[in-house]
Amino acid sequence: MTTLSQQRRQRVNLTGWSGRAIAGVVLLVFVLFFAIPIVWLLFAVTKSSKALILDNPFALGSWADFTANWNQLFGFQDGAVTTWIGNSALYAVGALVITLVVSIPAGYALALTEFRLRNALLVLTLVVMLIPSTALVLPIFLELNTVGLIGSPLSVILPMSFFPFGVYLTYIYFSTSVPRDLLSAARIDGCSEFQVFTRIALPLAAPIVALVAFFNFVQSWNNFFLPFVMLPSSDGYPIQVGLTSLLASTPAFNPSSAGSDSVQLPTLALATVVSILPVLFVFLFSQRFLVSGMTAGGTKE
Amino acid sequence: MTLARQGDTLTAGARERRRAAAREGRAPGRTRIGYLFVSLYAFLTLAFGIAPAVYSVVLAFTNADGGFAGLDNFSKVVTDFRFWPAVLHVTAYLVIWLIGLLIFVVALALIVHALSVRWASTSLRFVYYLPGALAGASSVLLWLFVLDPTASPVSGLLRAMGFTSFVQVIQPGNLPAIFAIIAFWTGAGGWIVIMYGALNNISTEVIEAARIDGANAVQTALRIQLPMLRKWIAYMGVMSLAAGTQLFVEPQLLSQASNAIVPNDYSLNQLAYQYAFQQNDFNGAAAISLLLLVVALLLSWVFVTRGGLFEREE
Repeated sequence: MTTLSQQRRQRVNLTGWSGRAIAGVVLLVFVLFFAIPIVWLLFAVTKSSKALILDNPFALGSWADFTANWNQLFGFQDGAVTTWIGNSALYAVGALVITLVVSIPAGYALALTEFRLRNALLVLTLVVMLIPSTALVLPIFLELNTVGLIGSPLSVILPMSFFPFGVYLTYIYFSTSVPRDLLSAARIDGCSEFQVFTRIALPLAAPIVALVAFFNFVQSWNNFFLPFVMLPSSDGYPIQVGLTSLLASTPAFNPSSAGSDSVQLPTLALATVVSILPVLFVFLFSQRFLVSGMTAGGTKE
Repeated sequence: MTLARQGDTLTAGARERRRAAAREGRAPGRTRIGYLFVSLYAFLTLAFGIAPAVYSVVLAFTNADGGFAGLDNFSKVVTDFRFWPAVLHVTAYLVIWLIGLLIFVVALALIVHALSVRWASTSLRFVYYLPGALAGASSVLLWLFVLDPTASPVSGLLRAMGFTSFVQVIQPGNLPAIFAIIAFWTGAGGWIVIMYGALNNISTEVIEAARIDGANAVQTALRIQLPMLRKWIAYMGVMSLAAGTQLFVEPQLLSQASNAIVPNDYSLNQLAYQYAFQQNDFNGAAAISLLLLVVALLLSWVFVTRGGLFEREE
């Protein structure tokens, strides 16, 4: 027994310190890789465009430069950025509300009731869930174009509300985590089927409602291709698409744009930060339950 | 994984299913409430899942006047001088991205999982995951800065590699690697978290047994953990492959930021977009979209029916 454990310790030590050193280096390199761009971005918004190029990348600029960048960003095309953020909020929140109203009952029905074509709908949900959402963007455009919905907020809100992944998460939750005896007991006590859902199942499903809300909100807010295709006019852009207008007005990347309404590099950096703030907040505050949710059923990008 | 119950497998007969329904406490028989609850979702599925797919099939096989066109649209897009370069671009990007993703995600998940210090493992996962908040245009914009040697936080590194200007960095030969790096930066963290969760599901007894048999950390990782992760690795591979064929926002923004040094028909989705919006050729656009959709559908279908991740392990 002692020889065995000695032998074991020796072997572990052999791969031990050199292996650990390599592992440590790998971890560190990737920490730098993932973190440096974000950290740099936060410093960049506090600098003037000259300081951005000449100063140490990780030196703090000044408050005055930050406000100058802020004013330039929100003064761009008479406050277009504010409109875009408002649009993003409208689309993401609108899609979120419809998604919840549609997906939670659907997941419940798939898990706990019986109806014709239930299996077909379940398989269809899985298949569509695994298709990248961008694959359907042009087909949906062609479809909505014939109905004349292009340019309307509905042309992005409705497709964003079709969220099979949310239905699937809800379905998994209801079929594995809700005690059936509880539902039967409610039925015996005289609850109608509708009341079983609203009074018993729905309160139990609060965590999954939050999870579906999170994934849908992040996906809608970050969506680029769909609004880019559906919304031709700048008034209707969400902020993600608005960024392309800002980019087009940045002389550093597009020399032909040097004019009165041009955007400097730190302002463009600030726009990037502003465009992700809501999602970043949601990420920071929901980290823990998010991780458990992602590992519960796998996820789609 | 108990992700779907036995009663849900495709092969189960109707009677068996009904019995399973009763056993599991689903509402007995067909109740109206089921139809009511599922109606809105069924409507959205029809409107934004099935109908667009069917309509693009119709468009792809007809001409601008609505007459049947056979395979004309397909032969038109396939012989387009921009088509094969786009296929090549997307393929090169996919190869680099998938290899990088498979190696680094699995390696990082294994290393992070092996850490015994709890806070280190938690905060590492968080740092890796955080860039996921920057998807779409935001992440591409950020990487424009990182890749521009005049402003970049890693300009020293770029110069050491021989790049002194943004134009040099975005030479055509570098683009697949650049897009792969951007995609890895935003997406890898989520997969690391998923792999980490899958590693947590491997019972400690198995690992302990391996250790008692004299396996060191590397051997345990290669011979025990890696084979047990196989399903999840396959899941990641298939999902990423499907998503990667859709490449759009990265080349689109880079094209805009480079004064069209990067062409605006670099990827297949961009080419479909050009067909629809520059040439007003919806039939051609539908043909390309359909090709991409079929690839995605095939991958997804194979995975749902064969992958085993969504079925109960016997």
